[in-house]
Parts: sequence; C-alpha cells; structure tokens
Amino acid sequence: MGSRPTQTIKIKDSKSYSAFRVFNGIAIIVICAVTLYPFMNIIAQSFSSEGYINAGEVNLIPRGFNVTTFEVVMSDSMFWRNYANTVIYTVVATAIAMVLTTCFAYALSKRHLKGRSFFIGVAVFTMFFNGGLIPNYVLINAIGFTNTIWAIVLPNAISVFNLLVMKAFFENFSEELEEAAEIDGLTTYGILWRIVIPLSKAVMATMILFYAVSFWNAWFQAFLYLDRRELYPVTVYLRNLLAGATGTEQMGGAAGESTQIASNVQSVTMLLTTLPIICLYPFLQKYFVRGIMLGSVKA
Amino acid sequence: MSAIGVTEGSSQPALREAGVVPEFTDPNDKPQKKRRNSRKGYAGTNNTNTWKHALKTDWRLYTLLILPLLFLLIFRYLPMAGNVIAFRRFRPGSSIFGDEWVGMHYIEMFIQDPTFWRVFWNTIILGALTLAICFPLPIVLALMFNELRSNKFKRIAQSISYLPHFMSIVIVAGMVLQLTSVNGTINQIIGSLGGETMPFMQLPEWFRTVYVSSEVWQTVGWGTILYLAALTTIDPQLYEAARIDGANRWKQMWHVTIPGITPTMIVLLILNVGTFMAVGFEKVLLLYNPLIYETADIIATYVYRVGITSSNFSYAAAIGLFEALIGLVLILSANGIARKLGGNSLW
Repeated sequence: MGSRPTQTIKIKDSKSYSAFRVFNGIAIIVICAVTLYPFMNIIAQSFSSEGYINAGEVNLIPRGFNVTTFEVVMSDSMFWRNYANTVIYTVVATAIAMVLTTCFAYALSKRHLKGRSFFIGVAVFTMFFNGGLIPNYVLINAIGFTNTIWAIVLPNAISVFNLLVMKAFFENFSEELEEAAEIDGLTTYGILWRIVIPLSKAVMATMILFYAVSFWNAWFQAFLYLDRRELYPVTVYLRNLLAGATGTEQMGGAAGESTQIASNVQSVTMLLTTLPIICLYPFLQKYFVRGIMLGSVKA
Repeated sequence: MSAIGVTEGSSQPALREAGVVPEFTDPNDKPQKKRRNSRKGYAGTNNTNTWKHALKTDWRLYTLLILPLLFLLIFRYLPMAGNVIAFRRFRPGSSIFGDEWVGMHYIEMFIQDPTFWRVFWNTIILGALTLAICFPLPIVLALMFNELRSNKFKRIAQSISYLPHFMSIVIVAGMVLQLTSVNGTINQIIGSLGGETMPFMQLPEWFRTVYVSSEVWQTVGWGTILYLAALTTIDPQLYEAARIDGANRWKQMWHVTIPGITPTMIVLLILNVGTFMAVGFEKVLLLYNPLIYETADIIATYVYRVGITSSNFSYAAAIGLFEALIGLVLILSANGIARKLGGNSLW
C-alpha cells in the first residue's frame, strides 16, 4: 500500500489545503506545548529557590537551582506514611474491584443467562442516578466504615463503565473453547479461573490500570471519611497543603515567607505524587487507549 | 451479523439437545409455559426458560452475581432509598432512613432559600459553559489529528494530549492555583505585556473562565479518543468514491468524515447532557474560597457545606435529590429526543 496513494493525494492538494496543513501542524504543536506547560512549570519550580518563585521569575527553567525542597518534603515522615497509605489503598481497592467486576462481567456476558438484561439494567441505572453525597455519607457512617480502610476501598469497587468494557470482551470470547473445557469436566469457576482469565490478560491489564489510576488519584472519599492524619492518602496530604497555602495567600502579601515556601513545597509534593503515573505513562498509555476503544466499539 | 448472533446464541442449547451437555427436565412444568417458551427460540420443546431450570443449570454463574449485586444493593441502591431522609427528620446516629415524616418541609425550605437559587444558577451557567465548550473541542481536535500525515508526530501529539486526563484532580487544582497566583505564569505574561497583575482566584468574575479553561486542558485530549476510534471505522472506499466524484479534502471532511462520526457525537452529547448538573464538584471544592462563592458555589458544594460541614443532613439531602432528579430527567429527555430525530441513542 505504502507511499503510492499518499503521493497521488499530495499532487491533488489544493493551495488552500496545503496552507491549512501547515497551520494545522503549528496549531497542534502549540496545543501540545500548552498541555505540557503546567507540568514543566511544576518541575521548574521544584528545583528553584524560593526567592525566584516569589519574584515570579520561574517558568520553564529552574532559577537558583537547588534540591533542598526535596529534602524538606522527603524528610517529613507523614508524607511517606501517607504515600504508603496510597499504595496500600490502591492495591487493596484494585484487587477488590477486579474480583467483583470480573465475576459480574463474566456472568453477564453469558447470553443464555436468565435475567441477564435485568441485571445489566440494575448496573447501568446507577450510571444515571445515584444516591448523592448525603445518603452515602450517612450510610458509610452508619455501617462504621469511618476511619477504616473500607471507606476507601469498598464504596467504588464496581465502575459500570469498566464492567461494560469487560462484558463486551467476554462476549467475544470463543464459546467453543469454553464448551470444550466444560466437556472435559471443568465447572463454571474452573473455566473462568483456568481458561478465561489467563486468555484475557490484555483486558485484565487494562482494567487493573483503569482502577489503579483512579484509586491512586482519588482523594474525596478519604477526605470525607478519614479524620486521622496518619490514615490519609498522599492526595489528601497534598490537598491540605494547597488549602493551607491558599489560606495564607488570602491574608494578603504580608504573609510573604510562608507563601513562598508553600509554593515551593507544593510543587515538589505534586511532582512526587504524580511521579509513578508520569514514569509509567509512556508504557501504559497504549493499554488505556485500547481499553477505552474496546468499550466504545461495543457500546 | 444477526445470523451469526443466532448461531452463537443457540449453540449451547443445540449441544444440550444432542446430548453432549446433560439435559435437565422439570416434571412439574406446565405444558402452557412450554409453548410460550418455544416461541422464544430456545431448544424447541423443552422447558429451558424457567427460573427453576436456569438456577439448576447455571447456579454457579448466579453465585458469581451474588457479591456484585450485594455491592450494588448496599452502596448504590441503599443510598438511593436513603434519600427518603429528605422527607424525614434525621438525627445523626439514628436510622439512615430518618426518624419522623416531615413531608415537603425541606423541599419548601430550599425553594425559599435565596442561596439555593444562587447556587442553582451558578450550576446551570457553569454546566452550560462546560457543555458548550468542552463538547465540540474534542471533535475539532480529532479532525485536526486526522489531517496529520506523519504518523509519528500524530502519535506523540496524541500521547501528550491524553496526559492531563491521568492527573489527580488535586494535582490539577494545585496547578491551576499556582498558574493563576499573583506570581504565577499568567500574571507574569500580563506583567510583561504591561498589564496589572490580578489575584484571579479572589475575583468572582474570573472563576468561570479559570474553571472552564482548566476543564478544557484536562479533558479535551482524552475526549478525542472515541472520535479517533470512530474515524478508523469509516470505509476508505467512501473517500475514494468522493475523490473520484471530484471532492477536495474539505468536501471529503464535510461529506464523509463528519457523517462518519455523527453517531459517536450523539451518544457523547447525550452522556454530556446527563452529567450537566454534576459539574466537577471535586474540582470546584478544591478551587473555590469564600471570596468567590458568588460565582463558584454550585449545588454540590452547597450540599456539602450544608450537609457535611453544618450537619444539616435532611436539608442537604433534599437539595441533592433535586439535583439528581434534574440530571435523570435531562438524560432521559436527551436520549428520547435523539431517538426520535435520528435513531442514534444510548438505548
């Protein structure tokens, strides 16, 4: 196929289209630059000294290069404790979510299952209507989840979107293979555990990524239901840092030093919080894209 | 397509009929029911469509449903029922369904509450702005990506545009606060152009701009994915035919590309309309402060302050229920309209 057809098109390009292509390329470069800028700005601020940030002289390049802020943030034991909490919450929540979603999606993918459309409806309806903040809050308090890990890892265990993606995948699964396994004496559980899951690594990996990123990034559940500092995930640590900083900023320019230290520390904390995602992003990104397309093609 | 579906669907009952898979017969089943079942296309004469039969053959599949359904019941449907506290007086520590009926007391209360109407209009305006700006931009960007010739450049540009989607809302709020602060980049640009620096996050008139811009930054790139997926499904022969008919690139885009992604556009529009009322609660909560409540306070943040901060649960639940009902009505009507107009709808 290669180059031939492209060249014929190229000859046909009108002048206005060529101009458009140049403009289009430049526009996309600008869009990418704007998208990346906030990240670059944070990195620059993280390595800059407080004076330059306060003077508003740090944009893309660190000024007054130093790593002392990293030392300050990293020597805070609470930061590491909250960081570890985030890791624990993410791992546990993702594990629970995967078990529930896989079981649900696998059962729902069986077209002959009686009541299937009812169960799908029960799940999908929750996408359009939910109990709302207050009843959820009252419920979590009533079942005694406050200040426990359960308030974080249980209430969002099934994402209906992920469920539908997985169901779509299982529906395309080779039925002959499952029938063969059934004849060979495997039960439904055996088929799911020993045949379907091992052969669905791609979709399982995608779903684990979707869940893990959303739990890694979550903060509101923790903010709402945890009130002991040592239980916070790192996002709540960061949120409190930001809230504190805006507080001093509101008091006016006089608050000087605390603001500048805060903005420096903020950048470093933000950087460290997102670091796992930024580092893994180039490798993970294609899975995410494949995952969302998988869902969209079927939906 | 449908023919394949039929063979797939019937293969298992067919196997059962052939005796490969053990057959279960229920002697208690009534003949009338049998006839009704056979109409549905299940393996003919057998009573394969009763609950009793289904539970017998598929009980293992049903056990897989127990935990997920229990989850939905407790964490999704119980709170829905818990909304009844909007009509009952609730005391912290008592039943989650409240203590005594007070009828429409809390509904009347918020209808007469001027703060409610302020946050109501803030929500509508912010929701409408977000919809009007964040819905079309991914389409434009997807079309722009589509016109790129270099695949490598396209891939890199796409990867960059998705990145903000993976950031925690706390990080995004932190970036917004830093960029808009008095010594942040935006004020540096204003300063270098000779303008007055502004404390953006203390000025109510700037909140909507800041909010919508950050929303664009975070969502537009990721929003292109579904359109790009839809673009790959357009038959290349359509383009060829259009070229033979003398269509230039513009006309090809207008007559082939855009009709090709219209179904995706409609589905996403319905979904966006459905989330219209649920404008980024978490982001607003992270960004706003009392100085800018005038424009930044939305229903969800008001519910949060009234309910959680001031422990006025029943009143907050009434407002929250009102908001959720508007959202439900919006998505149902958007879907209904879409189905009437063009046959493309969510369900």
